[in-house]
Amino acid sequence: MPPKFWGHFFMDLLIFQAPILMVQASLDGILLGILFALIAYGMALQWGVMNIINIAQGELVIVGGYIAYFMYKAGVHPGFGIIVSPIIMYFVGWGLYKLVINKVVDRDLFISILATFGISILTQQLMNFIFGSDVVVAQSNFGTTMFFDGMVTLPNAKIFAAIVSIAFAIGLVIYMRKSKLGRAIRATAQNARAAKIMGVNTEKVYAATFGINAALCGVAGSLIAITFTLHPYVGLPYTVRSFMIVIIAGLGNLPGVALSGMGLGVFEEFADYILGTEFRIGSVFTLLVLILVYRRFKLSRKREYLK
Amino acid sequence: MKIKNIIITFISAIALALSSSSISLAKVVGDKIILGAAVSLTGKYSTNGEHTKNGYNFAVERINSMGGIKVGGKTYKFDIIYYDDESNSGRAAQLAERLIKQDGVQYMLGPYSSGLTKAIAPVTEENKIPMVEANGASRSLFTKGYKYLFAVLSAANQYLEVAIDLAVEKNGGNPVKIAMAFEQDAFSQDVRIGVVEAAKRTGSKIIIDDKLPKELNDMAATLAKVKATKPDVLVVSGHSKGALTAIRQIAEMKVDVKMLAMTHCDASKLAKQHGKNSEYALCAAQWHKSLSYKDKFFGDGMKYDKEFKAQFGYAPPYQAAESSAALLVWKDAFERANSLDKDKVRDALSKTDMQTFYGNIKFSPAGQNIAKPMVLFQVRCEGDKCENKVVAPTKWAAAKLVHPVPKWSER
Repeated sequence: MPPKFWGHFFMDLLIFQAPILMVQASLDGILLGILFALIAYGMALQWGVMNIINIAQGELVIVGGYIAYFMYKAGVHPGFGIIVSPIIMYFVGWGLYKLVINKVVDRDLFISILATFGISILTQQLMNFIFGSDVVVAQSNFGTTMFFDGMVTLPNAKIFAAIVSIAFAIGLVIYMRKSKLGRAIRATAQNARAAKIMGVNTEKVYAATFGINAALCGVAGSLIAITFTLHPYVGLPYTVRSFMIVIIAGLGNLPGVALSGMGLGVFEEFADYILGTEFRIGSVFTLLVLILVYRRFKLSRKREYLK
Repeated sequence: MKIKNIIITFISAIALALSSSSISLAKVVGDKIILGAAVSLTGKYSTNGEHTKNGYNFAVERINSMGGIKVGGKTYKFDIIYYDDESNSGRAAQLAERLIKQDGVQYMLGPYSSGLTKAIAPVTEENKIPMVEANGASRSLFTKGYKYLFAVLSAANQYLEVAIDLAVEKNGGNPVKIAMAFEQDAFSQDVRIGVVEAAKRTGSKIIIDDKLPKELNDMAATLAKVKATKPDVLVVSGHSKGALTAIRQIAEMKVDVKMLAMTHCDASKLAKQHGKNSEYALCAAQWHKSLSYKDKFFGDGMKYDKEFKAQFGYAPPYQAAESSAALLVWKDAFERANSLDKDKVRDALSKTDMQTFYGNIKFSPAGQNIAKPMVLFQVRCEGDKCENKVVAPTKWAAAKLVHPVPKWSER
């Protein structure tokens, strides 16, 4: 046996020797997953409504994070970023729509991917230019909650992040159901042409949707500022992760997004303990491939039936 | 169509003539020795690229104003042609090519980071252009048999060896249990090799060996393992992001280890960003201003620190200091070679044996600086103000190592 195998074997044992680690891994995964689910929810929303895959999603998150960071630098508690950041980011998203997205919204999916990829690169460079390339963090000083005699620890900042994410998600669902704009957004998602005929100003709906997505990214970003680290080039993992969550959950399925977010989070943590940290990201991608293959398999059976 | 062809030929002929004429001029123009450098002024390395450039410029000004370089009875001054490599290794290699073939540069300075140095080294090597680099520490730079590469800094595998030795010493000379978490990139993995070798040498046992993916922002799983296995030393290396993430989560999860050894504490401004939470972290650094090395251009580290601050408005990180040292090496080599011929200068470079404010410099046949040890400092706080204090090697220790690190419940 190669020594590496025994290394993993040891870690393998560790999680069974100390089952308390399973509790830790599950809780870490769930808290991480909820935060990612919020970003994914924004992506699912604008994907569903506008049929655009936003490659710049992660960059919007990081910009939102920098807003919270600069509040922290100015002496305001970064926790308030969850209020300020979405307001600013709404207008950033709205502006982006008016500048770029409205020109690609009815076009081929490939063109919108290229356009948002361009936005992503540009945003990275602008952030680097304006904020500098240092890695930064904002301190929340929220402390830690401990269970089982200190063996299981949950940073309060992460709990705060999860609660805020859930609150924003629920708020948005209610808004979508009850408000006029929410109904217009849902109508546009179902059938843009029919909605237009019924008198919905789809242009306005699109701008608002992109703005709401950016605002959600802003919330997530300010939570990331107090739980993880910020850097102009660190947005891509957030784009990729939210993309995966949406792929697994499907569009227009909020409970699905939340579940797949948490599921991936827990899966990732357990993969870390059982396979080793280096296989953590790889195992998540493997899972994605398996799910896509399975979906295709199911789909092809359906098609045969349709024939 | 024919006329168009003629015009194109004509224009390219002029371009060719211009470029070839610059070749004959560029290596030495009048009384100026032209050095070439591709440095990251934009992109993800732009902060450190800036430090590198400032370090180079600071030394060029100093050498020029203190009499320049005397070769063959004539006095020369240094001048540097800079290009922005955009933190991109493909671009860096391209620019090195351009510096050598178009601008006719015969003497190169290194870029920032191991990755970009690795991209440029094959180009300089192929063209037999000597390069003195100050910011590429990767071990693989010194295993390829390069003859024209000279590095003033210590190699990456030397970063944290000292920490393991220190832990063993504090453990009464007995082997220790080591937990390690390294990012999966060239530099961090080189640091890991050093730690693994030190563990072997001291008979220590590695109980956790996590390789962190580059995309990862979260070390919670690794730290939970550390909590469960209680090692004597925790070693973390993953650039600024790794250092900041580690300290944040160690404090949040109340992870108690007797020694925490890291890299990139100064680059990430750890003491400033995390304050008291970063206290007692042990960090490897190439240079610290309090070391007592001396030269006649900058005096010592303290003086360098003060004068650099006055000119650029911030305290010099070691990236700037080592970049300045590269120019001192060039000057010394030119004067010893007493020639501008690149091969004679290369031979002089290989025989370098000098002291600079940055440290002693002497190259191994592979071009690695073997005369300068790494320093370890520990973050210490007084009230809310945290500072890096040198604790090893003992010759320069400004403070005593605090070992073991106090438990979180007692802080």
